[in-house]
Amino acid sequence: MKRQTDIAVIGGGPAGLSAAVEASSFGLKIEVFDDNFTPGGQLIKQTHKFFGSKKHLCGYRGMDISKILLQNCASAGVTINTEACVTGIYGNILAVLYPERFEEVESKAFVVATGASENCINFVNNDLPGIYGAGAIQTLMNVFGVVPAKKVLMIGSGNIGLIVSYQLLQAGVKVAAVIEALPNVGGYLVHSAKLRRMGVPIYTRRTITKAEGDGNTGVNSAVTSQIDPNFNVIEGTEIQFDVDCICLAVGLTPLSDVLELAGCRMKYIPELGGKVALHDEYMKTTRDNVFLCGDVSGIEEAVTASLEGKLAGLSAALYLSHEYREKIEKSRLQILEELRIFRDGPFGEKARKGNEKLVREYKYER
Amino acid sequence: MSDNTSNSGLPDEKDISRAMPSAESLAQSPKAVIECFQEIPCNPCVEACPRGAIKITEGINQKPSIDHSLCNGCSLCVYQCPGLAIFVVGIDRDNPSKGFISIPYEFLPVPEKGEIVDILDREGVKIEEGTILKVNDSKATDRTRVVTVQVSSGLLSRARFIEMKRRTK
Repeated sequence: MKRQTDIAVIGGGPAGLSAAVEASSFGLKIEVFDDNFTPGGQLIKQTHKFFGSKKHLCGYRGMDISKILLQNCASAGVTINTEACVTGIYGNILAVLYPERFEEVESKAFVVATGASENCINFVNNDLPGIYGAGAIQTLMNVFGVVPAKKVLMIGSGNIGLIVSYQLLQAGVKVAAVIEALPNVGGYLVHSAKLRRMGVPIYTRRTITKAEGDGNTGVNSAVTSQIDPNFNVIEGTEIQFDVDCICLAVGLTPLSDVLELAGCRMKYIPELGGKVALHDEYMKTTRDNVFLCGDVSGIEEAVTASLEGKLAGLSAALYLSHEYREKIEKSRLQILEELRIFRDGPFGEKARKGNEKLVREYKYER
Repeated sequence: MSDNTSNSGLPDEKDISRAMPSAESLAQSPKAVIECFQEIPCNPCVEACPRGAIKITEGINQKPSIDHSLCNGCSLCVYQCPGLAIFVVGIDRDNPSKGFISIPYEFLPVPEKGEIVDILDREGVKIEEGTILKVNDSKATDRTRVVTVQVSSGLLSRARFIEMKRRTK
């Protein structure tokens, strides 16, 4: 007989773990499936103190927040399967691939919290050794304690590019510069100010056109150029940086394949970073027993992922049992209000607009 | 079309001068300088202040404001700001040409009292040398140490970082 569970949570980052903890308080059997060695998602690599309010565990470092979430999971009796790569949802069956075996798990409901994948950009020789995504740099430095390079050029000035640059400096790695294609720095001013006072220049309206080096020794320099408002390279504006590493922090795309495979109605929404599953404001997809949360429902950050996780966990619990309807509905409204307050500023605008579009489409589809 | 580094990722000069405490209030006690000039979802500074000097009145995206008449420069907010955007500046009463700045510092080696370091401005340019006066490395700082360094009082609005002369072994 297949192993059975009430709710299968796919992905053990802030969204998935929050969903699991929240749903566990209603006497349901919850299992989390995470494809990494260590659960916690991107939190385990975040050495900086998080923004937000104390209520959302902000002020703590991301890596410590993941410990708190994992402790909460342990005391709530949530089972966490690691190195458990979910390859699909077929009806009520979850297909899970472990390093040595394959398993089918039967579940009554699913919470998809698969996160996002990093974007790449085109430039000459972008396949040379020494060209990394920001996530890989963080994994090397902050999970495995490996110094990734001597000197790095950071591509992208969103919060990830700025934060990873700062973490590189903390690890004793030089950051030659941060370059940004848009006219303005994308991330928070407080993060860019930290880099600037350490002498790291930030060049806006500039892109990388070419990496130099060879396949054996890797990157030894990066060629960049200024770009016009149409993103065309302006001749004669080259700046070459002698670096042994180029780090790409050029955005994320929701990792939504498993939702599409599960038969959820999908929609491309640029504000949310790519193709996302249509869902209502309580994180239910067009399939009644499939819920989603975190970056897979639109690129944001850890606090909103965690809040969405709570919503999705509550909605999944409500789908399985109406016993606690009143309590669940009350909690969901509170979390929606917290999300609204968090997204209320200029940096929440994309998520606000994207989510409005999604919910509108969802209602139309219904 | 600008492609220089001068205005990328730096706070606006006007915002900086507005954030600095007045000379009169600095004569009373050291004061916190909050260089948080964007609406971002964050508010730990409000709870950090035991004197209720820091306020965000609506939601959590509003920029914090500080009442310098209530601030005594205790520096509890310095390590609790996740953006490392709060500093404390003060003037030496016995020698008003000298002052000090407390900065949040998350690098190794940890500076030691008495050590001489380079003082950097907001663009990482050395503006003078100064002596470390105090290092708060308590558990409460959670590794965001608060380093207090002597600075010429004329440079209090410019000095924002230090560079150690020694390296980690």
